[in-house]
Amino acid sequence: MSSLSMAVLVSAISVVYVKHQSRRLFAESQELLREADRLNVEWNMLQLEQAAWSAHGRIERLARDRLKMHMPRRTDAVVLK
Amino acid sequence: MLRDAQYEKPSTAALWRPAMLLLVFAVLGCVLLWRAVDLQVLDKQFLQGQGDARHLRVVEIPAHRGVIADRNGEPLAISSPVSSVWVNPKEFIAGAADTARLARLLDLEPRLLERRIGERADREFLYIKRHVEPDLGEQVMALSLPGVALQHEYRRFYPAGEVTAHVVGFTDIDDRGQEGVELAYNDWLQGDPGAKRVVRDRYGRIVDDVESLREPSPGKPLRLSIDRRLQYLAYRELKAAAAEQRVRAASLVLLDVTTGEVLAMVNQPGYNPNNRAEINGQVARNRAVTDAYEPGSTIKVFSVAAALESGRFRPDSVIDTGRGYMQVGSYTIHDSRAYGKIDVSTLIQKSSNIGIAKIALELAPETIWNLYARLGFGMPVGTGFPGEAVGLMPSRPPQRPAERAALAYGYGLSVTPLQLASAYATIAADGVRRPVSFLALERAMAEEQVISPVAARQVRAMMETVVADGGTAPQARVPGYRVAGKTGTARKAAAGGYAEKAYLSYFAGFAPASKPRLAMVVVLDEPSAQYYYGGRVAAPVFSRVMGGALRLLNVPPDDLPGLGSYVASVGALR
Repeated sequence: MSSLSMAVLVSAISVVYVKHQSRRLFAESQELLREADRLNVEWNMLQLEQAAWSAHGRIERLARDRLKMHMPRRTDAVVLK
Repeated sequence: MLRDAQYEKPSTAALWRPAMLLLVFAVLGCVLLWRAVDLQVLDKQFLQGQGDARHLRVVEIPAHRGVIADRNGEPLAISSPVSSVWVNPKEFIAGAADTARLARLLDLEPRLLERRIGERADREFLYIKRHVEPDLGEQVMALSLPGVALQHEYRRFYPAGEVTAHVVGFTDIDDRGQEGVELAYNDWLQGDPGAKRVVRDRYGRIVDDVESLREPSPGKPLRLSIDRRLQYLAYRELKAAAAEQRVRAASLVLLDVTTGEVLAMVNQPGYNPNNRAEINGQVARNRAVTDAYEPGSTIKVFSVAAALESGRFRPDSVIDTGRGYMQVGSYTIHDSRAYGKIDVSTLIQKSSNIGIAKIALELAPETIWNLYARLGFGMPVGTGFPGEAVGLMPSRPPQRPAERAALAYGYGLSVTPLQLASAYATIAADGVRRPVSFLALERAMAEEQVISPVAARQVRAMMETVVADGGTAPQARVPGYRVAGKTGTARKAAAGGYAEKAYLSYFAGFAPASKPRLAMVVVLDEPSAQYYYGGRVAAPVFSRVMGGALRLLNVPPDDLPGLGSYVASVGALR
């Protein structure tokens, strides 16, 4: 009888403990998810930023106007065979 | 005595009063005990439920929508987390000053906001502003207004904007695909939202995460066959040509001959998918897939291929086109001038309507029709692209001479630019038809020989003369590469016949002609500047885009003398 009630007590306490643990871990995982979200936002922003800087139209404009580049003329090319 | 009596009386009372008091306390204790049992045991379910309802909430966790990238992994559509501010009007308690601050923060009219909340006072959910920057969302929550809360959502961004708009499409505010690939592959891209139980405080803020009910499963990424560099090139050139030629609309399709992948597809007019306000049905249509036009002379390539396949004609068979007009039934067919006796090759080079009509009338009625059907005209291309048009094709081979002739020079049927490009790619691939794909392919798909390789090669040789001196499109030439192609100038169908001064200008072709790699179709709808001939307005676009694309893809030149540059052998340089 006493061992049974002992077991009930232990199991009751461990239920509480496990419940607590699981909440703590879940809160932690949510925290990490938020962190991942934050990093995701940043990653997306960087990707968008990179796309904006490397837009073909912009590169072309810079190459032509600022760097005075032009397409190689026919006579500029040497074809290797 | 009196004194004794005075002592006596309280002593009897003293026995009675504590007993009474104890009884009262016992009853009170019992009442409390009963109440406790009542609350804790009998009504527990109900009370617990009510408590939870006020604090525990199931919140949806939005799933990340898959990224759409081009064939080289460059992003074309990205989802980024944003916040939507919402309010529970029942719980919303804020003075005018607080409401004004909230409105100012969100760039809204304070009075309008107040009225909107007031009108929906009996509801429990009202969006105030959707898709704001996460930072701004934090600032809103920092105001600590009861009833105001944030919802996490994703917003779609399109880094390439207008350049890839028609292919990629766009999503609506709830992250569901509305057009293009976003719609066609919505199920693939879309994830399943998860759910979690949370504890909220009276401001509606989440103070604790209790448990996860369902993990969100993110959408899968998609790699398109589009090459962003080629796409930009095509977009730039088509846009410039569309403005210069003052067209109503224009399309360009660039296919990889060896795989059937769509490398570039652009249309005019375009739109910016990042700004939903400017999207309407006119600009959102991917005309290269959704609109079918009569192909005009571009189709002659296939009617000639049918003639060569039949064995009745050879590239040097001579046809008398007479004096530039011919009566078929009640119709008169014209050439732009009298070509006299010409061979089949010259027919293609000059684009003689009479020549092809005569060939068509000599062949069995079903010969040309059969070849068109094998090329997929009048049937879906099978890409699953939303709104794909199948075009118009007679359901059985036409029998009347006028119809047979018209079918041979591109009237009486309509095809989409994509169908036409696929058919040209078939000629370019020695008659092997490959399914068109908008997705980057890991391995080749099932292919089918639909034109005899000999006929395809003969037609290719003829198509090279089109860009030669004396052809209809010398402006389609690309320095360093041999180009094969065909012009088309079709009168637009209008109510009750054909319009007088409205044309479709085409150029379709492929390069390098010795070993075709890229096939392209350019269509300009109603060019209204000086010229309207396909060789004049569409061919230059072809030349510029094809030249740039071949260079970007490092395709070795096959016309070195035409390049006029220095050719050095590697051995000599060493």
